[in-house]
Amino acid sequence: MMRAWWKLSVIQLKLFLREPEGVFFTVVFPLVLLITFGSIFGNEPVPEFGGRGTIDVSVPAYIGLVVAISGLMSIPVSAASDREKGVLRRLRSTPVRPHAVLAAWVGVFFIVTALGSLLLVLVGRLFYGLRFGGSLFNMVMAFTLSTLSLFALGFIIASVARSGRVATVIGMATYFPMVFLSGATFPWEMIPKKVQTVAMVLPLTHGVQLLKGLWFGEPWSAHLVNVAVLLGTLIGGVVISAALFRWE
Amino acid sequence: MNVITVEHLFKAYGPVVAVDDISFQVEEGEIFGIVGPNGAGKTTTVECIEGLRFPDRGTVTVLGLDPRTEGDRLRQEIGVQLQEAALPDRIKVWEALDLYASFYPRTVAWAELLEQFSLAEKKEAYFARLSGGQKQRLFIALALLNDPRIVFLDELTTGLDPQARRAMWDLVRQVRDRGKTVVLITHFMEEAERLCDRVAVIDRGRIIALDTPRNLIRRLGGEVRAIFTVAEVAFTTPASMVMSTAPAIAAPSPAVVDRVRQALAGVPQVTKVESAEGEVVVHGQGTDFIVAVVTRLGAAGIYPQNLRTEQATLDDVFLALTGRKMRD
Repeated sequence: MMRAWWKLSVIQLKLFLREPEGVFFTVVFPLVLLITFGSIFGNEPVPEFGGRGTIDVSVPAYIGLVVAISGLMSIPVSAASDREKGVLRRLRSTPVRPHAVLAAWVGVFFIVTALGSLLLVLVGRLFYGLRFGGSLFNMVMAFTLSTLSLFALGFIIASVARSGRVATVIGMATYFPMVFLSGATFPWEMIPKKVQTVAMVLPLTHGVQLLKGLWFGEPWSAHLVNVAVLLGTLIGGVVISAALFRWE
Repeated sequence: MNVITVEHLFKAYGPVVAVDDISFQVEEGEIFGIVGPNGAGKTTTVECIEGLRFPDRGTVTVLGLDPRTEGDRLRQEIGVQLQEAALPDRIKVWEALDLYASFYPRTVAWAELLEQFSLAEKKEAYFARLSGGQKQRLFIALALLNDPRIVFLDELTTGLDPQARRAMWDLVRQVRDRGKTVVLITHFMEEAERLCDRVAVIDRGRIIALDTPRNLIRRLGGEVRAIFTVAEVAFTTPASMVMSTAPAIAAPSPAVVDRVRQALAGVPQVTKVESAEGEVVVHGQGTDFIVAVVTRLGAAGIYPQNLRTEQATLDDVFLALTGRKMRD
């Protein structure tokens, strides 16, 4: 079954790369944002960001943006349209295990998300002198937790959406409020206090806070709430989509 | 030898009974047709055999396996072309074959299947760019990848033009000639008649007839029709006038039909004479029906023109069995 999983992953990656929208929003769009704001504000330390530069606070936040697009758009649209077209139905008539298909989806979109994030880090580092104050291991853990948590949310969308088009609509309706209010695009520091309170219900807010905190070397103990919400979303998402997801 | 045994299969979706006590056997090496109108329960029946759905009641055995508990082993041994199932738009033909080949421990070389199904030059084409016929050929190729013993083909030729449909029939015969059992589901009676060794006619979740197409037709329709026109002006006007005044399309006058009826009176093979769509239609039975009709008409001085004969079809069988037309 490893061979089936591997081939499924390769095909899934190829299919993703052949859809220009997916590549644009996952890779190009966050990069354009970074370069735009980097060109305007540079990366000089400013008091509003606690003595850090615009790029320093933007990179971990934009990683949240990449995570959100994969979880809330790529996964639900891909899974729901495969079901709508009968791709999943056809797969079910072969000996391939549903787990292998699921693992291929998660694996491929995880790697795509990681690459999109890495690109932000590289561009920030090479062109704007991005500062990093945390540990690589903690960052990888925080990234993995946030990503899997948002993916689990995406599978709930994939479970309730009857078609690729419905998945796109639900995905967008979740994605846009989340990326604007969570601090993934507009810096959290600039969001009004009242809106911040509301935004605390969004899982992505906790993802961005965790990524940002660990990026600057804050300890896990300072982010227990973030971790709890993300873990809860992950477990809830897995349980709900396992109960609701249909292969046809 | 039976490769599929279905006994008292029953399946309902909520209050809607899809399959209502169906039993039949499929023998190794035959093309077994399951025909009937849309919604008759054909696909549900076959999905229970394939292990994609579980019946509410009844037993299914395929190659000695129970699809309910031994679905994994079963899926190694069968090939499936599903109705309304597809591939992603931007998967290439070779990628689809390569991918599906990875699902089975034992496969035939997909490069050969490409050749055989005339897809070699479409190897690099995206699935979405294929014609309807090419897509269906790819689906059959996918169904044959694991060298299955039984191949299920569900509505294989729906949406294809007549030429592509005929080409597809040849392919299905080739599959059978390689020793595979084919289960063919269609709502297209002519397809079942041309292709199948035996046919189960399903209507409203029940099998209403099961036999070879020829036996079904002989038993339930068995009718032959001779259809022709008669240049009726020949009866009343000089022959020289015939060419200019011959009524081509108008229904034959009652006088003409009467003359034919009189001429054929007492011919045992003839059951009915009527006019339809500008032609005289003589209904009857028997292998010597045509000879008897033509001989008797000739003796009476009536020369049928544009004579053709029609055999009863499975469509007629369905009509005879249910009182409804297939396409209603």
